[in-house]
Amino acid sequence: MKHTIMAVAVTTLMLANSSAFADTFKVGYMTTLSGSAGIIGKQMQNGVNLALKHTGGKLGGHDAEVIFVDDQRKPDVAKQLANRLIKRDKVNVVAGIIWSNLLMAIHKQVTRSDILLISSNAGPSPLAGDKCHKNFVSMSWQNDQTSEGMGKYMQDAGIKSVYMLAPNYQAGKDMLTGFKRHFKGEIIGEVYTKLGQSDFQAELSALRSAKPEATFIFQPGGMAVNFVKQWNQSNMDSVSKLYSVFAVDGISLPALKETAIGTINTQTWSPDLDNDMNKKFVADYKSAYGGYPSFYAAQAYDTMMAIDHAVRTSGSTKTEAMRSVLAKGNIPTTRGLLAMNTNQFPVQNVYLREVILDKEGNATLKIIGTVMENHGDVYAKDCKF
Amino acid sequence: MTITLLLEQVFNGIQSGVTLFLVAAGLTLILGIMDLVFLAHGAQVMIGAYAATGFTLLTGNFYLGIFLAIPLTFASGYLLEYLIIKHLYKRDHMEQVLATFGLILFFNELIRIGFGPAALFSNLPPSLSGFVYILPETPYPVFRLIVIFIGLALAIGIYILVAKTRMGAMVRAGAANPDMTAALGVNIHMLRRFIFSVGASLAGVAGMMLAPLTVVEPGMGEPLLILSLVVIIIGGIGSVRGAFIAAVLVGLVDTIGRVFLPDMLRAFMSQSAADGAGPALASMMIYILMAVILVFKPTGLFPPKG
Repeated sequence: MKHTIMAVAVTTLMLANSSAFADTFKVGYMTTLSGSAGIIGKQMQNGVNLALKHTGGKLGGHDAEVIFVDDQRKPDVAKQLANRLIKRDKVNVVAGIIWSNLLMAIHKQVTRSDILLISSNAGPSPLAGDKCHKNFVSMSWQNDQTSEGMGKYMQDAGIKSVYMLAPNYQAGKDMLTGFKRHFKGEIIGEVYTKLGQSDFQAELSALRSAKPEATFIFQPGGMAVNFVKQWNQSNMDSVSKLYSVFAVDGISLPALKETAIGTINTQTWSPDLDNDMNKKFVADYKSAYGGYPSFYAAQAYDTMMAIDHAVRTSGSTKTEAMRSVLAKGNIPTTRGLLAMNTNQFPVQNVYLREVILDKEGNATLKIIGTVMENHGDVYAKDCKF
Repeated sequence: MTITLLLEQVFNGIQSGVTLFLVAAGLTLILGIMDLVFLAHGAQVMIGAYAATGFTLLTGNFYLGIFLAIPLTFASGYLLEYLIIKHLYKRDHMEQVLATFGLILFFNELIRIGFGPAALFSNLPPSLSGFVYILPETPYPVFRLIVIFIGLALAIGIYILVAKTRMGAMVRAGAANPDMTAALGVNIHMLRRFIFSVGASLAGVAGMMLAPLTVVEPGMGEPLLILSLVVIIIGGIGSVRGAFIAAVLVGLVDTIGRVFLPDMLRAFMSQSAADGAGPALASMMIYILMAVILVFKPTGLFPPKG
């Protein structure tokens, strides 16, 4: 009797496995899981896992397998991992990627292998313009978009002079370029800090002596916590007013807490964005992982939902079929039905957000206005597939 | 560029230099005297920062947090030497590199399991979060001044310990000839354990001083490890005096280069070329400094005699 049960159990398992292997849809998800940026990767991993929970572990009806790889924020590691995902794991889609310099490092090898590459975060300008490729789709934004919103807001607010700080890499340059496109006041300083820098005291000393009316920063992840903390310790509020993009968010707010209350930033997503998909995402995220999701988590969730949508709508797992569905836009996301530009970057609203305390006393973000509606990037005109 | 701004940046440079010295001092003793390649020294910085922040959150008192954290960093160094490091002295350098690199990963993961991957935020008590006017119109955070004083005081303390005390004589003798020192009745094993624990505590203190200034997160000590390796190479491996001078030099060159170099380049370059080259060159400055010093003094500024 015992043996019979065992035999049946083993056969069932084998059958279950073989049927699962037959058409498993594989996603190679690259993010940063170690080092100081590991918290960002963790949030993205949570977003992906939550999406799979909502789709019942399937993508477009196929059993789904997600292979998470840790790029360690190093371009050389990212290249090796991309190669492994393509050649050894034979994934259908490579997705994720936080950092623009890493995306620049891997995009050629993925897109030329005829595998769909979907960014959950990085949006470097070359990939939106003349170096664009039809196998690359962004489910986040082009780097300039968010800071263009902030530049426009500060221009409209009548701010006369600004001092800018961003890390010295592709995204930092894109952000400041985007900002300058709509801000026409005086640029007193344009400072590029080291990526991953933790002490900004020297920059703050220089900023104090320059006396700008406003300061604009792009400092993602832990860099923002350090910057805002040292900003407060040096009482910089008495010198200049701080505006930011990708700095005060779901990653840094648990650490910054009340020190960030009242600060203003722009973003294409917000935890209080009023649509059904986002409400469900935020509520389920909070109950599953505790704490608010950041935009990183939301975009990772959107990426998986976009893959699900592409496979389901096209009824195919072929790269070209999935791509042409995504290129049409109308993708269900936490930002509503997402429209796509000709370069396969989203056309979307840029919201103005303020840091507030919620009912439980946790710091979060609230939309206080829409700076730009259905906003596309400027590079799309240079993109010819 | 005004003269007050330059002076303020000199203060910033010294402050980052003395913090670096606390990390480098222990490392130079471990590398120079014990002939051990120890890469997990950055983890000691992280342990110090987490211990101080953890105890501060637990007790609600910043000073009590520091007071409890110092013995803990000493104990962690002592235990690490007793459990793992003592087995590595007789191994070759490659094996030491592998083992201590493994320790970096181990400690980072341990912290992540214990405290989570998110950064901790440690606030200064109101008594330390004010400003002092070091120059007219130049308010400077009190805590950063305290960091400078603590760093200088510890530097003097280490100098006296190594150069003037019986313990220091044993340390120096152990470095020159460990077998002979052991034959003369000095417990060389305990001596090494003591040096290692003191080195760990110094790195821990650096972490405690960094905690209120920057974020406390897994892997926070690693950038400091690379800088302190530069420092001990410039200073001469095994020399505490060399480590101090090199640390302040590196702190100053890094800070001043970072702030003024892009502006200087803009004077004779186009804006976009300067924006590209300035930060890149600034981050290379300390390595250029190291290379230049090694050309003229291949064993560093103050190689220990003997």
